[in-house]
Amino acid sequence: MFELIGVPPQALFGQLLLGLINGAFYALLSLGLAVIFGLMNVINFTHGAQYMMGAFCAWMLLTFAGIPYWGALVLAPIIIGITGILIERLFISRLYHLDHLYGLLLTFGLALIFEGLFRRQFGSSGLPYTNPIPGGTNLGFMFLPWYRAWVVAFSLTVCFATWFMIEKTQLGSYLRAATERPDLVQAFGINVPRMITLTYGFGVGLAALAGVLAAPIYSVNPVMGSNLIVVVFAVVVIGGMGSILGSILTGFGLGVVEGLTKVFYPEASNTVIFIIMAIVLMLRPQGLFGKPK
Amino acid sequence: MPIGRSWSMNVFAALVVVALAAPLVVYPVFLMNVLCFALFACAFNLLIGYVGLLSFGHAMFFGFAAYISGHAVKSWGWDPLLGILIGTVVAAAMGLVAGAIAIRRQGIYFAMVTLALSQMVFFFCLQAKFTGGEDGIQAIPRRPLLGFIDIRNDFVLYYFVLLIFCIGFLIIYRTIHSPFGQVLKAIRENEARAISLGYAVDQFKLIAFVLSAALAGLAGATKAIVFQLASLTDVTWQMSGEVVLMTLVGGMGTVFGPIVGAAIIVSMQNYLSGFGEWVLVIQGVIFVTMVLLFRRGIVGEMIAFANRRWTAKRRQDELAIREVRPAE
Repeated sequence: MFELIGVPPQALFGQLLLGLINGAFYALLSLGLAVIFGLMNVINFTHGAQYMMGAFCAWMLLTFAGIPYWGALVLAPIIIGITGILIERLFISRLYHLDHLYGLLLTFGLALIFEGLFRRQFGSSGLPYTNPIPGGTNLGFMFLPWYRAWVVAFSLTVCFATWFMIEKTQLGSYLRAATERPDLVQAFGINVPRMITLTYGFGVGLAALAGVLAAPIYSVNPVMGSNLIVVVFAVVVIGGMGSILGSILTGFGLGVVEGLTKVFYPEASNTVIFIIMAIVLMLRPQGLFGKPK
Repeated sequence: MPIGRSWSMNVFAALVVVALAAPLVVYPVFLMNVLCFALFACAFNLLIGYVGLLSFGHAMFFGFAAYISGHAVKSWGWDPLLGILIGTVVAAAMGLVAGAIAIRRQGIYFAMVTLALSQMVFFFCLQAKFTGGEDGIQAIPRRPLLGFIDIRNDFVLYYFVLLIFCIGFLIIYRTIHSPFGQVLKAIRENEARAISLGYAVDQFKLIAFVLSAALAGLAGATKAIVFQLASLTDVTWQMSGEVVLMTLVGGMGTVFGPIVGAAIIVSMQNYLSGFGEWVLVIQGVIFVTMVLLFRRGIVGEMIAFANRRWTAKRRQDELAIREVRPAE
């Protein structure tokens, strides 16, 4: 077997693929955070919990209702998205007139509630979810499991569909306009509060979708979201929340960087994203794709 | 009259008297736990309440200082006082680095950056050799303080911890009421205007951040000596969340709020420790309730109530004077 820069290619490409998959989750989650933040100026701390709930929703649909993975891929984001809409109407909408920090504190409290409830119900050991597309193919330099290829391809599609919807459609133009001047858009007869509610539901749905995608790879676990969300926050800081495409690129890019660090210097693989964040803040405080104020 | 400085010093004196007598009725280890968290919350409150900076990563100073002081006392055989001091100094140095990075962003980003930095410290503590990984540093000896004070006795140690708390509290109190503190409040109220008045806002923020980090470290280092343990729990982001909760419950930007909040949350955890995961749920519910209904916190609501009463009374007095005057 030949070696690449002192590392067997199986390990290198294996980690690269894993990095791409993590990157897909980073991208989906930071995309949802960016869309919500753009319109509502609220950092959704519940995002990690909603990702976890998406995975649990898929698991419950399979276990209690016999609905397979493909059904859950559609149903779970809708169900969790609806719970998101309820949360926005019941709680978050009461805080728009206040400092944005209260939105952060509120959604943090909600995240604790959800995580606590799921931990109480399901323990913290994790539940298995069967891989819907077992098997894979040998590409010569590495083994490619079908499911992992599907996750990367599908999340890329979802990311670019979201980008297209926001940047290229009429609905998206309303959304972008409301991000800049909600009062003016409202004056033109568009129901901005309803748009905010639906946007929150959509962002939450994206998180839940990432959760369903993650379920067969990682075990379904009540703490799966809380550890991820901190990394996603760092990703968001690095990318800056100014651009949709920026969120997607940063998400995938950092996933790959993390994967490569696992190959070359495993000790730093947990911290590399935070270190990059610190460096980016020193050199370009507004983030790679952010607009300077 | 509105709640002022002489008023709060009187309250502080009364609290100290209560605290001096408290170990006669309450288990001293519990009280020391409250004092450590109260100091931690006061340090956190200095940032959120008086500079308007929400740090979501203060556990990195609290927990890491605990490791340092535990290591110094256990492995290097240092005096506990020196152990606590080095923990505080290291926390201040960390605050300088973390603060320099974090103050480059404002508002929500500041919270996210501090959270990410503290997670980095968490992973460092998980992997570093001297922290003992998942086990933490256990059985930190309670060596005689200054070589002759036996702090194996909980009562003796309690008064030492109370002294540390009072020093920390008075430093914060003095800071808030100094000209420096006035500038901090100006930054909180209107940062752009503070800049236009010629204040080097970033320097003020950084100094406040370092001070807050050092005092959080002081609290953590003391806690390690009290419980003879430094563990990963104290560096997790959940711990950062807890100190936010304590301050929120007591009242952000009030002098005594964090103490009240810390006492409430620590007692709650004590009594509910048998309920396992419900503690998390209850904490979440308190968070949501406080944010939606009582944003001023307990002490903040009390002060607002007292001030309302006072203005109402003054208005009545003025009315009475006006009624009298035409008759003159």
